[in-house]
Amino acid sequence: MATATRRMRKIINEPDQVVKESLAGLAASVPDILRYDVGNQILVRADAPVKGKVALISGGGSGHEPLHGGFVGKGMLDAACPGEVFTSPVPDQMLAATKAVDGGAGVIHIVKNYTGDVLNFKMAADEAAEDGIKVEAIVIDDDVAVQDSLYTAGRRGVGATVIAEKMGGAAAERGDSLEAVVSVIKQVNARGRSFGIALSSCIPPASGNPIFDLPEGEMEVGIGIHGEPGRRRAPLGSAAEIADIMVEAVTSDLAAKSGANVLTFVNGMGGTPLLELYLLYGEVDKRLRALGLNPIRNLVGSYITSLEMAGASLTVVELDDNLTALWDAPVHTAALRWGG
Amino acid sequence: MAVAIAMDAQTVTAWMNEIAASVRAERDYLVQLDAAIGDGDHGINLNRGFDAVTLALSTEPDGTPGKLLILSGKTLVSTVGGASGPLWGSALRKAGRALGDGPTFDLAQLVDAMAAALASIQDLGAAVPGDKTMVDALEPAVTAMREGLARGASSGEMLRSAAEAAEAGMRATIPMQARKGRASYLGERSIGHQDPGATSTALIMRALERTVASTP
Repeated sequence: MATATRRMRKIINEPDQVVKESLAGLAASVPDILRYDVGNQILVRADAPVKGKVALISGGGSGHEPLHGGFVGKGMLDAACPGEVFTSPVPDQMLAATKAVDGGAGVIHIVKNYTGDVLNFKMAADEAAEDGIKVEAIVIDDDVAVQDSLYTAGRRGVGATVIAEKMGGAAAERGDSLEAVVSVIKQVNARGRSFGIALSSCIPPASGNPIFDLPEGEMEVGIGIHGEPGRRRAPLGSAAEIADIMVEAVTSDLAAKSGANVLTFVNGMGGTPLLELYLLYGEVDKRLRALGLNPIRNLVGSYITSLEMAGASLTVVELDDNLTALWDAPVHTAALRWGG
Repeated sequence: MAVAIAMDAQTVTAWMNEIAASVRAERDYLVQLDAAIGDGDHGINLNRGFDAVTLALSTEPDGTPGKLLILSGKTLVSTVGGASGPLWGSALRKAGRALGDGPTFDLAQLVDAMAAALASIQDLGAAVPGDKTMVDALEPAVTAMREGLARGASSGEMLRSAAEAAEAGMRATIPMQARKGRASYLGERSIGHQDPGATSTALIMRALERTVASTP
């Protein structure tokens, strides 16, 4: 039985202060990159608003770190709006962020397709429009585990979000127009597909209990990023078997032409070590090459997570020269840094 | 015709406080239901939101019933997040607008307000009955209110039948396969679980019944 002194196996103080304290800690760790607006609960690029630059905002529930706050900075996002753990932020946050980063060239909201995120961002965009700020909302829906049909809320937005934020942010930094940046982000979404599996559940700090119960020797196949159970449960496979499932699901839906250049993103869900992620990348890379694809760029690591969940997701984005250049462009954020 | 009962700003405040108490008491139950087919935050989010509503109303001593409902809705939008924040937030705002500017409202106005709330939720969430959502509890409740009004039922009887209809609708979500919201990602695995949104909706309708029953 729980007592007042019982502690979860988490490095936290009070469960209801986890998000705020984590945001403050992130800001303290990279003061040159971003600042934390405590009142509005948003993270804003240190030099925002950047005059004449298209601004990019994203947001969503917390628990997916480094998404999105770790991607605020030069060459990526201008602001992030973190909600409570696995809970969409509220429109007030997006509106405050929109005003804080508006450099006069338009503001883009990158929205992961989840009912809550979509509804809250829509309300914020409506209010921003009333204030005369031009907002373009782009919904990312790359998760092939969900059938896009009348019978679901549509495909979830998962791994392609990271790639869209990187490439869209690079386009904005380069000075692309609002229309051009929108087009880049839409292209990433149109040519990106993802699929995830979980080997364990995760424990939101507010409840202190695992979201679902996953017996030893089993895995959840086709998960999202909020700890929601997957489409089905299967016996825990080897890395080779997991790679088979992921590559099959992603490439059959993407249907890229043989010879296409692709970016391969092997993402950890939070509790799977890089030792295993590199191993999985090797399995995936072999399979993509066998299918005639060229994995010319990649990202391996835990970038869109579900707290301490063990598991991984695969995202494949078909590249052209423009997208490849945007991927290679300099970026300076807490979680991704290269070039420039 | 039943005795005309006049409800006022106090009724709205009492209803919101009643919801807050009920959601707080059932917080863990709502979390459990949501963990089965969603992400386990429904009880926590609504608890936070209605506590904020209680606080907002306590600092707003004046105001028409319509204004207080609009304030309640705005507070939910600003504090809940998730899907239920915008959905219930817009619903209460639309209900408040439907009540107009008068200092009191009658049963017919209450029915109109709840119908406006339902329309707002369906409009924003694009859900229809059978999708395994809050609509499955709210739609039969509003229908029961309309029928009660048409046959001249007393306020107590009307709202009791509305609460019962909401609870029947809530139980009817168990065998449904979700077609909206996060539960829809589970496909057939959503069958056999009661919808958390329909459950909190039933709590909200039961709170309304208790509030009006205790109105002198």
